[in-house]
Amino acid sequence: MIQYILRRLLQIIPVFIGTTLLVYFMVFALPGDPIRALFGDRPPSEAVIAQLRQQYNLDQPFWVQYGLFLKNLFTFNLGVDFTGQPIAASLGRIFPVTVMLAVEALIIQTVFGVTFGLIAGLRKGKIFDATVLVASLVVIAIPTFVLGFVLQLLIGVQLGWAKPTVGANADWGNLILPATVLGLVSFAYVLRLTRASVIENMNADYVRTATAKGLSRPRVVVTHILRNSMIPVITYLGASLGGLMGGAIVTESIFNVPGVGQKLFQAVIRSEGPTVVAIVSVLVLVFVIANLLVDLLYAWLDPRIRYEN
Amino acid sequence: MTDNITPNQDPAPAHDPAKGAVVLEVRDLSVDFGVDKKWVPAAIGLNYEVRAGEVLAIVGESGSGKSASSMALLGLLPSNSRVSGSVRLSGKELLGANAANIREVRGKDVAVIFQEPMTALNPVYTVGAQIVETVRLHNEVSPAQAKERALRMLELVELPDPEKAFRSYPHQLSGGQRQRAMIAQSLSCDPKLLIADEPTTALDVTVQAEILDLMRNLRNKLDSAIVLITHDMGVVADLADRIAVMRQGLIVETGTAEQVFRNPRHEYTQALLAAVPHLGQGGAEAGEEVDVTAALAAATHAELESVDPEELVRRERENAAALAAAAAAERPQGEPVLELTDVAIEYPKQGRVPAFRAVEGANLMIYPGQVVGLVGESGSGKTTIGRAAVGLLPVAAGTMRVVGQDISAAKKNGKQLHQVRRHIGMVFQDPSSSLNPRLPIGESIGEPMFLAGEAKGSGLQKRIEALLDQVELPRSYRNRYPHELSGGQKQRVGIARALSLKPKLMVADEPTSALDVSVQAKVLELFQNLQKDLGFACLFVTHDLAVVDVLADRICVMQRGRIVEQGTRDQILRNPQVPYTQRLLAAVPLPDPEKQRERRELRAQLLASGVE
Repeated sequence: MIQYILRRLLQIIPVFIGTTLLVYFMVFALPGDPIRALFGDRPPSEAVIAQLRQQYNLDQPFWVQYGLFLKNLFTFNLGVDFTGQPIAASLGRIFPVTVMLAVEALIIQTVFGVTFGLIAGLRKGKIFDATVLVASLVVIAIPTFVLGFVLQLLIGVQLGWAKPTVGANADWGNLILPATVLGLVSFAYVLRLTRASVIENMNADYVRTATAKGLSRPRVVVTHILRNSMIPVITYLGASLGGLMGGAIVTESIFNVPGVGQKLFQAVIRSEGPTVVAIVSVLVLVFVIANLLVDLLYAWLDPRIRYEN
Repeated sequence: MTDNITPNQDPAPAHDPAKGAVVLEVRDLSVDFGVDKKWVPAAIGLNYEVRAGEVLAIVGESGSGKSASSMALLGLLPSNSRVSGSVRLSGKELLGANAANIREVRGKDVAVIFQEPMTALNPVYTVGAQIVETVRLHNEVSPAQAKERALRMLELVELPDPEKAFRSYPHQLSGGQRQRAMIAQSLSCDPKLLIADEPTTALDVTVQAEILDLMRNLRNKLDSAIVLITHDMGVVADLADRIAVMRQGLIVETGTAEQVFRNPRHEYTQALLAAVPHLGQGGAEAGEEVDVTAALAAATHAELESVDPEELVRRERENAAALAAAAAAERPQGEPVLELTDVAIEYPKQGRVPAFRAVEGANLMIYPGQVVGLVGESGSGKTTIGRAAVGLLPVAAGTMRVVGQDISAAKKNGKQLHQVRRHIGMVFQDPSSSLNPRLPIGESIGEPMFLAGEAKGSGLQKRIEALLDQVELPRSYRNRYPHELSGGQKQRVGIARALSLKPKLMVADEPTSALDVSVQAKVLELFQNLQKDLGFACLFVTHDLAVVDVLADRICVMQRGRIVEQGTRDQILRNPQVPYTQRLLAAVPLPDPEKQRERRELRAQLLASGVE
């Protein structure tokens, strides 16, 4: 087992180098000059530009820039962004907010998705099942920004149940609305996956055995059906975590959450290579580790999956 | 928790079924399933009773309602069903009882053993945890006491290492061990009634014999009533005191085992008994029956209590004479169609999973027109040899010659293999999944000829029609899709496809194991006739000795990747030399309670003297 975990952790190295290289190159290849763009309509003197270019290593060829970036990364010196702020400090500010948002969304989508999916699966073909299926389809079909604005207006402004925007001081309480919006789409998928999996396992022989043993229906459902149905759901949850962390740009903008999505968006607009790559690197790490955790969860959920040979 | 189960008890006194109290009384039991808003009857007006210490076998083919009616006893049917009548357990009515009462009965008073030990236990919990769950559900005991109880049950079902089995997950046990664990769980609350739904169908024959022994011992020890649901007359003969034969939802005949086997009154029972292929009965000449029991007795110098010694000697002598006669009739042979010399076959390395050597040092010849039966239990490597003969698996060592060509060095999917495959036909185990569901069967049959450039256009159509005639399917079936055909018809299509290139060698991999007994008998008969008419050589892979016996000229017995014994059918059946072959033959139950008693005694002796 430990050998397996080590092997998986070692795999992070090529994945990490590959993704950062790719992202760095894409930012490098963006048209336009980031320094000139910084000054807008009033261009400074050529000397200033040259000096800035040198300061940010923009006068170097691509490979040198990338090499310098890697070197800085491994010496834990992420440098400063184009506004002169240290990148490490701003990462330290934005990531906790986004992690909070993502975890809250993950909890919402898991708890509700699994519960509704389980009930729908057990009552396959009944009214509850049909309603939930249609509703989940609607949620999948509506774009996030529509959902976001509607909920913001309805719950945040008109009903006043939650704060419509988050602002600088994000906490679990005022993140609940953006977390709901963020989790809604995945919620629909979790629901459908759980439902399909429950329907499949409901008629399994071992469920009949469990019933024949004299177990009550709730115990059969929880210990024998639900646990066996969680594997595809766990896979999806692991993959969706990456989306929750990095893909929250729209949601973060609507609710004014000072998180990764907003920061990343601004950095891309400004062609700020180092900032973009720094954020992406952390996201890659999160993603890879989340998937490792998912794989370890598999082995716990299903003992037939074992990683040592 | 009553303690009437102790592993070391005196053997029960000779038991008399009539003496026990009636445990289960079924009156007018009917089961219907709602299909397309109509009620379709699965069981109609069943009446039977089972006494303590008695085994009632309910026999029938698939769709006879034997399983549905038994699951109805405990309310285990799906929700689209309806049950009427009366089911009394020790006088207490079960049908219509409220849910809590039924739950009380389930697992405690009535326990069930299911067919598939592979899937009947939950794969994500250890065997121990599942038994403990049952014990604690019905008894007020501490976890430690429940564990002790579970371990005792695992010991009772003769698992070699109860502690280890307790900690194992189902997939870590073999099929037989899993079924033992299942039985241990069923018995953990001392049920008054045990329902065994095809308990040995998914198991190898020697494992089946062990499980049947176990159930017989338990019946004697526990004095439970047992309802045994099965389609296998051999199993019935081995275990049952009384028999109920079901057909299309009705019980057509009931009686003691003796009565039903000796003197079947209903014509369906007669037909069912006649369709059961049993060892020693078939053979190319289809003459007299081989007395396998006598052969085994002679080979192992056994003496049987249940048979008069002089009678046994006479039977042994008869057997030897028949063997000599058969040897004299050996036919001359030509150039072999399939020739294996010291062949080893490996499943190649896949990623981090190392290569696995499934067959080692195999020597085997098949001459034109000969049918060689390759017999073994699961994991013995029999299917591996069949696959390698078609070039689907590489030969790791030795030489394999097919139709005169050495394919052991041939490149995977190379031209040479392509050439050789034109001379080989293959029939697969599962007719449903080996036909493309989106092709009409006519196209499936014609495809090999079309691809080989053998025939085209109207020529091809004529050939397809001729093949359909040969396998006795109506020509009009050519435009049907596989799902419109029954299992037996699908397998006929499979045979027609295998024949389409007029192969010199046919490789048949368990072609009848997925079929009902009566259907199997018909398909085997067809296969036999085709083989006689067309004269192809055949490698017939199967786990069922009785099937080989019907078809094969020669028999190869495989165990753990090696061919342990081979010879003509008569040599193997009349004079088996290798202990494994003897054990294998002795494990096949005979559909005749009296003969089966002899066979059982012999098997016990074999195992007692047992060298592994």
